[in-house]
Amino acid sequence: MPVESPAWLQRDVVCHLWSSLHFRTVTSSASYRFIPTAPGRSTLQLSGCWKASCSIPELDEIFGRLPAHLDHLKITAEDSLNWDSILLVFLSHFLDHCRKKQLAVDLTGLPEGVQSLLTLARKSTSRPLNKEKVQTGMIARLGQGVLDIFARGRDLARFTGEIVTALVLLFRGKAYFRFRDFFYFLQNCGADALPIVSLISILVGVILAFVGAVQLRIFGAQIYVANLVALSMVLEMGAMMSGIIMAGRTGAAYAAQLGTMQVNEEIDALRTLGISPVSYLVLPRMLALICMLPLLCIYADLLGIAGGSLIGVWMMDIPLYEYFVQSKKGLHMWQINQGIIKSTVYGVVISFSGCYQGLHSGRSASAVGEATTSAVVMAIVLIVISDAIMVVIFSL
Amino acid sequence: MRAIQPLSVIDLTMAYDDFILQQNISFTVERGDIFIIMGGSGCGKSTLLRHLIGLKPPQKGKIMYADFDFWQADAAEREKILQRSGILYQSGALWSSMTLAENVALPLQRYTVLHPPVVRELVEFKLSLVGLNGFSEYYPSELSGGMRKRAALARAIALDPELLFFDEPSAGLDPVTSRHLDELILELRDSLGATVIMVTHELDSIYSIGTNSVFLDREAKTMLAVGNPKTMAQETENPVVIDFLTRGTGKRPR
Ligand SMILES: Nc1ncnc2c1ncn2[C@@H]1O[C@H](COP(=O)(O)OP(=O)(O)OP(=O)(O)O)[C@@H](O)[C@H]1O
Ligand SMILES: [Mg+2]
Repeated sequence: MPVESPAWLQRDVVCHLWSSLHFRTVTSSASYRFIPTAPGRSTLQLSGCWKASCSIPELDEIFGRLPAHLDHLKITAEDSLNWDSILLVFLSHFLDHCRKKQLAVDLTGLPEGVQSLLTLARKSTSRPLNKEKVQTGMIARLGQGVLDIFARGRDLARFTGEIVTALVLLFRGKAYFRFRDFFYFLQNCGADALPIVSLISILVGVILAFVGAVQLRIFGAQIYVANLVALSMVLEMGAMMSGIIMAGRTGAAYAAQLGTMQVNEEIDALRTLGISPVSYLVLPRMLALICMLPLLCIYADLLGIAGGSLIGVWMMDIPLYEYFVQSKKGLHMWQINQGIIKSTVYGVVISFSGCYQGLHSGRSASAVGEATTSAVVMAIVLIVISDAIMVVIFSL
Repeated sequence: MRAIQPLSVIDLTMAYDDFILQQNISFTVERGDIFIIMGGSGCGKSTLLRHLIGLKPPQKGKIMYADFDFWQADAAEREKILQRSGILYQSGALWSSMTLAENVALPLQRYTVLHPPVVRELVEFKLSLVGLNGFSEYYPSELSGGMRKRAALARAIALDPELLFFDEPSAGLDPVTSRHLDELILELRDSLGATVIMVTHELDSIYSIGTNSVFLDREAKTMLAVGNPKTMAQETENPVVIDFLTRGTGKRPR
């Protein structure tokens, strides 16, 4: 059975054939000939179509046909010559070759446009500055990598230092700080984030209760679902979930905002005005997130417990009042405080990552994209690391 | 290929929502013209260009490329015309994450089927036309403002366009480079047979290369004068136009 080729392929082939036929009939191809005029002198006459859509002869082919013992070549064109930049590129290469062969070339027979564009392109004097890719060996690259780590560490330390000095200046009332921005960011990473935080934390509560219920029912200890949900929300999940949401939502936004400002030289404009970008741009963002994340965490704790109670009441027939009493019995104030402390730390690391990556972004659209990605990755990694450290500290 | 010249604007009204910028704009750009759009800052010159190159539909009026009604046609037809024009944006608008070579190569890759080595040579050539050979591996952020302008010009002429739209090509260039640019624009017009439509404030270029022009005014919300800028400077009676064309001195040229 013959194999059918797909429709698009057939169409492509037909188009291709059609267009090559088309070119052959509508436009003639590029042609040239040598006309000897005197001993040692000759004329190269160009005719036909010297355009991107026609096939242009190879330089080698032309030089192969060059009459022997030539020391002067005049290039002329028929009136009907059809040309575009391809002809100019060709001539430019041709002239380079002729110069190497010390062959004098006279261009005056060419259309004026060709002559003037050629002169313009060839008189351009900027030296070849092509960047060379330096080849380095394995060891050199390894060493460079280590140096980069140190440089990165120094950058991070400097940025931290700048934040601390800006904070000190702020408390002494000497920093240039826009309270309007600060309130805007408070709203932006507080109230505006409530819907998504609500959704996620209710669902997390539901999931925890559901998983716990399946296990606890085996022992007839359904009521302890309340303890399980309350404790895990308050200790870990409330802070962690609101942190991760804010890393994706706000940390990324910070990096993108500052990165774009970097691209547009807005940050430079601030610096030259003597305004520190750290106190003007970074502090309002950081402080807003640090204020708001603990509140979001408490909110997430409550909604998580409420989500758990849905499962407790509907699936396990625990009376609502009893569920909440049990939740309350299972919790100590210190545990709630642990969650709040954690989320404060997360607020610091998220806004730090976002602002650091944004301010250190390169000056192109893709660099801003990279900065945003690294901001989120860095924030989540730091959240998990700091969580581990704090768990150890709190258990001492 | 259908003719796309002369380009005429008929009774155009430009507006952003309710905010009317200009009304009753009509003019014709003949083949081979270097047509200058003049006027004070904020009078809508860039907006007029955006209407001409299909970025913003006019609120009222027509834009005709020969006998082709630009805004009545569908997007594919409009694109065919844009393919034959080169555009230099006011801020350069080079793609920041691509090298100069990639920037200039993109139109060639989009609209031609040339082999990559040929594209590379063409790109080198276009860059050398604007005096930037050797910089093909640089990113726009590694160039000076004027070099970026020139690179954007190289990208605009990549496809040997019939129509060239320039938004303030010489802003940010030193006087010598700016005169070279004028010469380059003349060369391009003469050698490629292109028509140039440009927004500029440089009186020198306006007088030395402009063959036709329109003067827009922000207060009057319409055009105050059309015609060859030199004759306009000598003959107009409108004080705003005289002020603009004589840098506020009132002394008419020659
Ligand atoms: N996207 C937009 N939405 C609303 N108004 C706009 C928009 N873009 C421009 N404008 C307004 O339209 C007017 C004209 O803008 P335009 O950019 O066309 O000016 P211009 O003549 O090119 O000025 P310049 O010489 O300074 O470049 C300005 O008043 C500007 O505020
Ligand atoms: Mg403008």
